[in-house]
Amino acid sequence: MAHPAYYGLWHKLGSALLKGSSYVVLLFLILPILVIVPLSFNAEPFFTFTEGMLRFDPDAYSLRWYEQIFTDPKWLLSIKNSFIIGLFSTLLATVLGTCAAIGLARDEMPGRRFITALLLSPMIVPLIITAAGMFFFYSKFNLAATYTGIVIAHAALGTPFVIITVTATLAGFDMSLVRAALNLGAAPLKVFFDVIMPLIRPGVISGALFAFITSFDEVVVILFMAGPQQRTIPRQMFSGLREQINPTILAVATLLIVLSVILLLTLEWLRRRSQHMRGIEN
Amino acid sequence: MSALNPEELQQARRAERRKRWLAFAFVVPLLVFILLSFVAPIGAMLYRSVHHPTVAELIPQTLTQLEAWDGQGLPAEQTLNTFTVELQALAKERLSGKLAEEFNRAYAGMSSVVKSSARKLRREKTEDLQSAGGQRLLSLHKRWNEPELWFQVKRAGAPYTYDYYLTALDLEISAEGGIQSREQAQIYRQLYGKTLNMALIITLFCALLGYPLAYFLANLPDKKANLLMILVLLPFWTSLLVRTTAWIALLQTNGVINSFLMGIGLTSEPLEMLYTPFATVVAMTHILLPFMVLPLYSVMRGIDPSYLRAAMSLGAKPIPAFVRIYFPMTLPGLSAGALLVFIISVGYYITPALVGGTDGQMISNIIAFHMQSSNNWELAAALGSLLLGLILLLYWVYDRFVGASNIKLG
Repeated sequence: MAHPAYYGLWHKLGSALLKGSSYVVLLFLILPILVIVPLSFNAEPFFTFTEGMLRFDPDAYSLRWYEQIFTDPKWLLSIKNSFIIGLFSTLLATVLGTCAAIGLARDEMPGRRFITALLLSPMIVPLIITAAGMFFFYSKFNLAATYTGIVIAHAALGTPFVIITVTATLAGFDMSLVRAALNLGAAPLKVFFDVIMPLIRPGVISGALFAFITSFDEVVVILFMAGPQQRTIPRQMFSGLREQINPTILAVATLLIVLSVILLLTLEWLRRRSQHMRGIEN
Repeated sequence: MSALNPEELQQARRAERRKRWLAFAFVVPLLVFILLSFVAPIGAMLYRSVHHPTVAELIPQTLTQLEAWDGQGLPAEQTLNTFTVELQALAKERLSGKLAEEFNRAYAGMSSVVKSSARKLRREKTEDLQSAGGQRLLSLHKRWNEPELWFQVKRAGAPYTYDYYLTALDLEISAEGGIQSREQAQIYRQLYGKTLNMALIITLFCALLGYPLAYFLANLPDKKANLLMILVLLPFWTSLLVRTTAWIALLQTNGVINSFLMGIGLTSEPLEMLYTPFATVVAMTHILLPFMVLPLYSVMRGIDPSYLRAAMSLGAKPIPAFVRIYFPMTLPGLSAGALLVFIISVGYYITPALVGGTDGQMISNIIAFHMQSSNNWELAAALGSLLLGLILLLYWVYDRFVGASNIKLG
């Protein structure tokens, strides 16, 4: 920051302090995550840096924990489950959420405020309460410990994010475009796919990414509802952390960090695209 | 002057109504979905916290006859006899243990009374029992002679009960029928207090760390701010389990921090950090900090720096200028972030379960315990609905002042 001429010594000192403490907080945010990456290459079954690792001895590093993930049927099943459940629940959440967001964006929508708050509540209600309730209720319909039940549960948890992101893109949406298209004789479905969809697509995609990560990262509902057949990656990590801590978890964690970097970059790209489409210069 | 004739007016109204239905039609699929998949399960759980027909299903006839009992002295001979017969039937079907457990929950010490009586009854002939009258039961265990015990049997048999709420609030019904504080350990009130306390500390830490950071980032040039924002957003996007794992690796006895501290000679033996409330607070502050930074950043970006400059060029000292001009403008962001962090941390389960140890557990962990280990689902439901009530109250405040759909996701 450049300092205006009337800034005194104390002020300069203050802004140096601000800068310093901000970087410390940024380190606090990022370091714990970065520490995991080298630890996952540990040749020893420890959660900490060995002396060899600190000397950068190549023998102290190994890929054995990564190998273990891809040879252990339990981990392989959980990876498969996480993607299957994630994809289907994202699909369901995105379709229902986008549709609802379009309705909620209309001024004529009756009871808008209450319905919005209700539809967003899965994000706010503590997961333990949701999970406990769902476990009893879904059991009655034989949906507990099934893929269908878990997909439905995760879709319910993901929809609020779709609503929020799509509503945000709809805020700059000019409804007269829809009226114009309809007046020119386009069928409603055609209007949706050719006029509305291209404009709100960044919001829909980022909502879908949020819904996916919500399902992919969710463990409480899984803990209560899933049987051994539906174990997911976080569930496997949870029992690993409780029972026998070994660096396989760190290797999985590193792979998940890579995944979140990819997601973050995709989102950033979408955000720029959305701003560009709305003519906001960055 | 309105130039619409009644017919046109009606037409306009009809069009308006159609528009409303159209908007609603878009929302209906999700509304139905959420009501069935999310609201109904929670509603059913809340119902479970007051509806508990187990005892009524085990000894239906006894309870019907007990309705006539005025609570003075012992119930009628006939009622005692009915109970003896029903208890024997349960003993033969191996259900008397369940009854003992249910009674014991209502009145401590009743478990052994029921169990020993059931054991003696199992061998007797049903016909003999039917003719033996009520005295047979009284001879099985002397405590059946206590009217207080029958009062509790009657209460335990009611299908609708607020008992679990009393337990969840550390209250009990006294012998005189009034509500009083439970004499034994005050578990749950203390736990609620601890949970709120920890959530408050976490919120405070998030504010203390998040405010200066957001201020710093908001006053950087766009390019640099976007770059550094990645450091805030990456943890936000990283799996919760990954971040919790990281803190386990850092905090454990032989972990990174202890190795480092001992390596530079600051401590001679490892500090116990993992499995303490400290670990819960640190890990959760780390996990929830982005929820504080994002709304603050977005509000601060919208504040024109010339306000502050104007105040100072008019002679205000930097600190009063900041406190009186800048800070009030950031209050919407600060309250949005603080409320969100508080709401999320009050109901948190995973991180305290993994890093908190015994002392770092919060209310959610006890709910999970009653669900999974002690199988007292009704108490879990009662504790859960108290928590839910608190959360919904905070959510209502959030919706009023921030707007539910204004949650910042990056």
